Amino acid sequence: MNRSTIDLGVGVFVVIGIVALLFLSLKVGNLGGEKIQQPYQLHARFDNIGGLKVRAPVKASGVLVGRVTDIRYDTEHFQASVTFSVDGRYAFSRDTFATINTAGLLGEQYVALKPGGDEQNLKSGDTIMKTQSAMVLEDMIGRFLFDKASEGAQGGK
Amino acid sequence: MRNAVSRLGAWAINAVWRLGFAARFFFGLLAYSGQSFRRFRGLTMREIYMSGVLSLLIIMVSGLFVGLVLGLQGFETLQRFGSSDALGTLVALSLTRELGPVVAGLLFASRAGTAVTAEIGLMKTTEQLKAMDMMAVNPVSRVVAPRFWGGVFAMPLLAALFSAMGVFGGWLIGVVLIGVDGGSFWSQMQAAVDFRYDIVNGVIKSFVFGVAVSLIAVFEGWDCVPTAEGISRAITRTVVSSALAILALDFVLTSFMFRELS
Repeated sequence: MNRSTIDLGVGVFVVIGIVALLFLSLKVGNLGGEKIQQPYQLHARFDNIGGLKVRAPVKASGVLVGRVTDIRYDTEHFQASVTFSVDGRYAFSRDTFATINTAGLLGEQYVALKPGGDEQNLKSGDTIMKTQSAMVLEDMIGRFLFDKASEGAQGGK
Repeated sequence: MRNAVSRLGAWAINAVWRLGFAARFFFGLLAYSGQSFRRFRGLTMREIYMSGVLSLLIIMVSGLFVGLVLGLQGFETLQRFGSSDALGTLVALSLTRELGPVVAGLLFASRAGTAVTAEIGLMKTTEQLKAMDMMAVNPVSRVVAPRFWGGVFAMPLLAALFSAMGVFGGWLIGVVLIGVDGGSFWSQMQAAVDFRYDIVNGVIKSFVFGVAVSLIAVFEGWDCVPTAEGISRAITRTVVSSALAILALDFVLTSFMFRELS
């Protein structure tokens, strides 16, 4: 086999192989699409995080502003302690409200931040004081059934 | 009864012996790999051409068809739950994590691995390897190592190409033919596929499969019984052992790589 044919064939092979890798990274994996710049860490404690996972998005008004980096159980407060890194371009007031929401009815869970009116902003390492847990479907159904049952008991009197 | 037990013992001793011989062969191969990198253009380039470039067609066509089938089956199942927009996620995740490396590895073993086994086996049968040794040319560094490294180099690129063609096939079926919304196809895919977690792990998998398949192919050729029947048995063993090795390694790697989510 001619050496220049081999060189050409291997060259073409390497080029299309690297193009395929780039396609997978950039178009499929969206590398570089959403970069979190100069992240800072915030903490929040929740009574119940539901199905929240590490790497879940953190959103403010639906805009992606960060990612959950760590979830652990805090034995001091007996609550779930969630750490997330937030993009340094975005600042949040100290009375920001953190909620665990669900995208769609059965979609993935994410942390939603709702800023309040405080003039001072959260700094890196601060803890968000006002939080609301994930809604648990079983609890809601249980409460609903309990209400119905008590209504029925009152009606019977 | 006693006969059967001793046959089992002989089989076990032989299996362990072969495994040890293969491991020793592997380290010898690594020790004599210097020449395949120093004379990369002369030796290894030809093997990349033989196992990589000549496998392009089968890899690309198979990838496309796997993607087309994933698109059809995925759509059929997802639309029952009213979530046909998640088709892009389904196709991309299943290809980059599992199907790309595994199916490309199986095809690579049967397309390129068998050729390497047959070539080395025939060289052994016709005593070309011994002749090289007589001429003070080390057959491991001249024949075996370049074929091994050529396969190791070609396999990750082939697997990436397979995955890319598969995603293209899924897009073709989902967006072009059936009419899933193209925007949500790509955006849901990009939201779900993580570069480090899914794509890098897929490339690591394909690299490991490349090492395993190439090692099995050169070893079976080197170890074959030097007869016509011996070569044919060696080729069969290459395919069988490669397929088993790929599937077993895939399970082990998956259980290490993707445990966070469980």
